[in-house]
Amino acid sequence: MSLSVHNALPAAPRRWPWLHSTVKAFNANKTSWLGLVIFLLVTLLALLAPWISPHDPLEQNVFAKLRAPFENYYLGTDYYGRDILSRLLYGAQISLVIGIASTVLALVLGSIIGILAGWYGGRFDIIIMQTMDMLLAFPSLILGLILVAMLGPSMTNIILAIALTSIPSFARIARAPTISVKQREFIDAGRALGFSDTRLMAGHILPNIFPEILVMGSMWLANAIRTEASLAFIGLGVKPPIPTWGGMIREGFENILDSYWLVLSPSIAILVVVFGLNILGDGLRDAIDPKLKGER
Amino acid sequence: MGAFLVKRMLFAVVTLFAVLTLVFIVVRIVPGDPAQVILGDQADATAIAALQQRLGLDRPIWEQYVSFLSGALRGDWGVSLVTGRPVIREILDVLPWTLELTAVSMVLGTGIGVPLGVWAAINRNRMPDYVTRIGSLIGLSFPPFVSAILLLIIFSLALRWFPVISGNRATPWAWFQSIMLPALNLGLIMAAYITRVTRSAMLEVMQEDYVRTARAKGVPWTVIVWRHALRNALIPIVTIVGLYLGILIGNSVLTEIVFNRPGLGKLIIGALNQRDYMMLQGMMVIYTLIVVVVNVLTDLTYALVDPRVKLS
Repeated sequence: MSLSVHNALPAAPRRWPWLHSTVKAFNANKTSWLGLVIFLLVTLLALLAPWISPHDPLEQNVFAKLRAPFENYYLGTDYYGRDILSRLLYGAQISLVIGIASTVLALVLGSIIGILAGWYGGRFDIIIMQTMDMLLAFPSLILGLILVAMLGPSMTNIILAIALTSIPSFARIARAPTISVKQREFIDAGRALGFSDTRLMAGHILPNIFPEILVMGSMWLANAIRTEASLAFIGLGVKPPIPTWGGMIREGFENILDSYWLVLSPSIAILVVVFGLNILGDGLRDAIDPKLKGER
Repeated sequence: MGAFLVKRMLFAVVTLFAVLTLVFIVVRIVPGDPAQVILGDQADATAIAALQQRLGLDRPIWEQYVSFLSGALRGDWGVSLVTGRPVIREILDVLPWTLELTAVSMVLGTGIGVPLGVWAAINRNRMPDYVTRIGSLIGLSFPPFVSAILLLIIFSLALRWFPVISGNRATPWAWFQSIMLPALNLGLIMAAYITRVTRSAMLEVMQEDYVRTARAKGVPWTVIVWRHALRNALIPIVTIVGLYLGILIGNSVLTEIVFNRPGLGKLIIGALNQRDYMMLQGMMVIYTLIVVVVNVLTDLTYALVDPRVKLS
């Protein structure tokens, strides 16, 4: 971990150092490009949902319940005669909004906690990290579903619950490189110049550990989308009739004995997005952490 | 080893108290009065006051905390608001189902994951490596309920090899049939994770000097891989298997729902739907206990696998 931070520093200043190193990271493992393309494509489809959906996702066609694909119902209809494709497109919005919001929230709070713990060290560090370890040990899905059940299944509460369960992981990720970066000369130099702790942490530690946090961010985005779907499947998603992928699988599962294909399209949608994010994060991690990479 | 274990036990006790405190807080962050929420909007004031008294909500918060802690440790977790039976009874009734599912899944997960990870590591950057890496990434992408539903569709609905509802232990064959699909579901997802951990742990160990020395003096390759290298790679793997239990328990909730199998999962969903706060509180206590016990077991395994722990 620590070595990669040292190596990531450019030898000579470039015009767009971060862009250059990002492209280099992507090129190190070509599959990350595929992951990025998949993710951007799904995001685009979600954004365009109001214009490209063949139907209103809530519109019920009473004459076409539980139908296989026909006319412009390209993926068929559900139990209420609603168009599955349109619901999938709108469901992508919910998955992405909840996934991104909760990941960003956890990333910001977790990084702050991790950097503070790593920076100040000592007893403060021990107490903070032991607390994080305890949170980490408790089954996160259980904690999430109890929080959502207690607070009520609204979008904000789901985002809060998912964020809370992933804060400890981000704190762990941010802490380790902070400890190694803070021992480097440029931090001493900054101290000698009279920079405040806040300025050193925000201006000098954060940029150096940011690549590692960001890579974990894409992995945790995948996790957040999976957790949201799991909560919705249990019945703790955004309230129906708003379409969510997990909710669609829940409704489809109730009819699994006679129309098992209802669960298939939302399942594939979740798999594609999560898989895309996973290969994106996996490839990037290879690039910034050479220890895990194929060749050394 | 004694000092190490004492330290870990102390940590376990602290964890237990901290998480119990967390449980206490979480159950009390409900917006509004729990008694009101349980009884609904139409309930009259006397009924609410009576329920408040029964739940101990009329007492000062620190008194509630002390009685909750002592109750939790004595096994007195209150009475289910729905069935009226002691919470601990309800939980102990279904606990074996979840424990056996978790145990079989862990065996499957490590039994599949560790050999695959070793295989990938010794074939680094060759076909087996690529196949296992992509395969494990696909496995990691499955939300557990999605994979469970797919297994159910394929093996129960299409092929009819397994029953749709799995909660039968009348005969060994029925037991096997009812546990196989849920355990396979949890085991495969776990294997995806363990494969990756094993692979990177093995890659690290294979670069060590003693591996080169062993090769130089002509120790057979299989002995190097499976005895020298894997023995050392096992240390991080044990940690991960222990940590993975938290995920496994969460995944088992979803799996039990899909396969309609009795266990903690169905119990907790029922408690959530019926707003049975006492039951939820008790369930969180049992989850905490399981996690703490497994942490201690992980530490013991650690001491077994790594001789250095014994010396310190």
